[in-house]
Amino acid sequence: MNLPSVNKGAASGEVGQRPPESAPKLKSTNLDFYYGTYKALQGISLSIHPNRVTAFIGPSGCGKSTFLRTLNRMYETVRHTRAEGEILLDGEDIFALEVSQLRRRVGMVFQRSNPFPKSIFENVAYGPRVNGTTRKADLQERVERSLRRSALWEEVKDKLHKSAYDLSGGQQQRLCIARALAVDPEVLLLDEPCSALDPIATAKIEDLLFQIKDSCTVVIVTHNMQQAARVADYTGFFLLGKMIEFDSTKVIFKTPSRKETEDYITGRFG
Amino acid sequence: MTGTLSLRRKATNAIMLSATGVCTLLAVGFLFFILGYLLLQGGKDLSLDFFTKLPVPESETGGGMANALAGSAKVLLLATLLGVPIGFLAGVYLAEYGAVGFSSVVRFVTDLLNGVPSIVMGIFVYTLIVLRMKHFSAFAGGVALGIMMIPIALRSTEEFLRAVPDSLREGAMALGASKWKTVATVVIPAAVRGILSGMMLNLARVAGETAPLLFTALGNFYWSPGWNQPIATLPVMIYNYAISPYADQHRQAWAAGFVLLALVLVVNITARSIVASGLHKAR
Repeated sequence: MNLPSVNKGAASGEVGQRPPESAPKLKSTNLDFYYGTYKALQGISLSIHPNRVTAFIGPSGCGKSTFLRTLNRMYETVRHTRAEGEILLDGEDIFALEVSQLRRRVGMVFQRSNPFPKSIFENVAYGPRVNGTTRKADLQERVERSLRRSALWEEVKDKLHKSAYDLSGGQQQRLCIARALAVDPEVLLLDEPCSALDPIATAKIEDLLFQIKDSCTVVIVTHNMQQAARVADYTGFFLLGKMIEFDSTKVIFKTPSRKETEDYITGRFG
Repeated sequence: MTGTLSLRRKATNAIMLSATGVCTLLAVGFLFFILGYLLLQGGKDLSLDFFTKLPVPESETGGGMANALAGSAKVLLLATLLGVPIGFLAGVYLAEYGAVGFSSVVRFVTDLLNGVPSIVMGIFVYTLIVLRMKHFSAFAGGVALGIMMIPIALRSTEEFLRAVPDSLREGAMALGASKWKTVATVVIPAAVRGILSGMMLNLARVAGETAPLLFTALGNFYWSPGWNQPIATLPVMIYNYAISPYADQHRQAWAAGFVLLALVLVVNITARSIVASGLHKAR
């Protein structure tokens, strides 16, 4: 069932100067996914490299978001869904992990920012609290660190106890990133995080992805090919539930080996 | 031709507009009529004595309904302690955990329970508790009103929880929160104002119920300490005084009616302002 181009990423060209990492952070092998009887993903196999940004592109309904949601098992909140195949996180089977443990290690930011109806502080402190941090000093330290990492600290440090809904759309999305970072995830999944934001807010989020990847593996689903080209080290192209091509971003955008990839990135469809 | 048509349209428009307008005025008007009439009839006989003194025998004038005020408060407290937790927790179950088919069955059954005539509820509790204990009691009255509170407590909890966007549930669960933790720390807090106001409206609704108390709390003319003996309540006092042949008791009944309505209005307005003053408004 595997397509020939799958898993080429590690072998072919690497963006940047660093040598390719030996062990993948996440490794998916022959992953199938079903909504009821409808097969939404077919035999997805790929490796996601640590401390890199990996982007998934493809037209609407191609399965890229579905695939993202299998990586932290968020799909399980939807009834009648089923994943078959293997996904390893640092070599551990994610389906054998305790789900809350998995989601603490693999954080997620959603398409529409979804701050809780609580204060800015309480939003960021939520994850640490749920995962057992109770000391006020520890929480304050984590909140500040996370807001700094998401480049929001300077804008909100004087109003931490105001409602999160007082923030602008772009700030709310960065707050959600801070909230996800507050539990020190090893992987951060972002599901079209900028699709509702203006170009300036988008640029801020893209900038901070470069910072985040020093300490975290980033996987982003995007509708916007320019965004993938700007932020991603690796890019995967999805079409009709299949992974058509996965490679370094440079190869995907300059010398794709598959006709479908070329057609999509040159705007012939999608 | 077009002239007559547009004339007919204009006439139809005018007739319909005035018909709906008059009915709207009538709908609002009844409340103001009742309010005004109660204020006129009950307000003038309202004095401090009404709130502080016990009822006096028919042969005397004066006295108050202090025992009925305290009695209503006690019976309503018991009803709240029974109806709110059951309705609230069942509502949480239906909104967050219940399977689709099971939930719709439960919803249907609670709608039926809501439709049970209040006098039937009174007879039910009379059979269940009063006959067995062999006497009327504040406890039986509280149970009757408490059961009546369950359906609305359940439905309002369920509806306000369902109105919380799923994106909030996903956000919490993506951070490693378990299902119950998500419900307890994100979903319920997001809906708490609505739920609280629903409970208050529910309380205001049963505060005026008379029939379920006739066979359960019964009523008396003195203080009733504890929960185990008959107890006076405002609605039953109004009923007893209104059908009595004494003018002074009629005046007391009007005053009690006015007080009851005023309390219900205050609770209603408070409940609505709780919702309106939401600190964190959802988009």
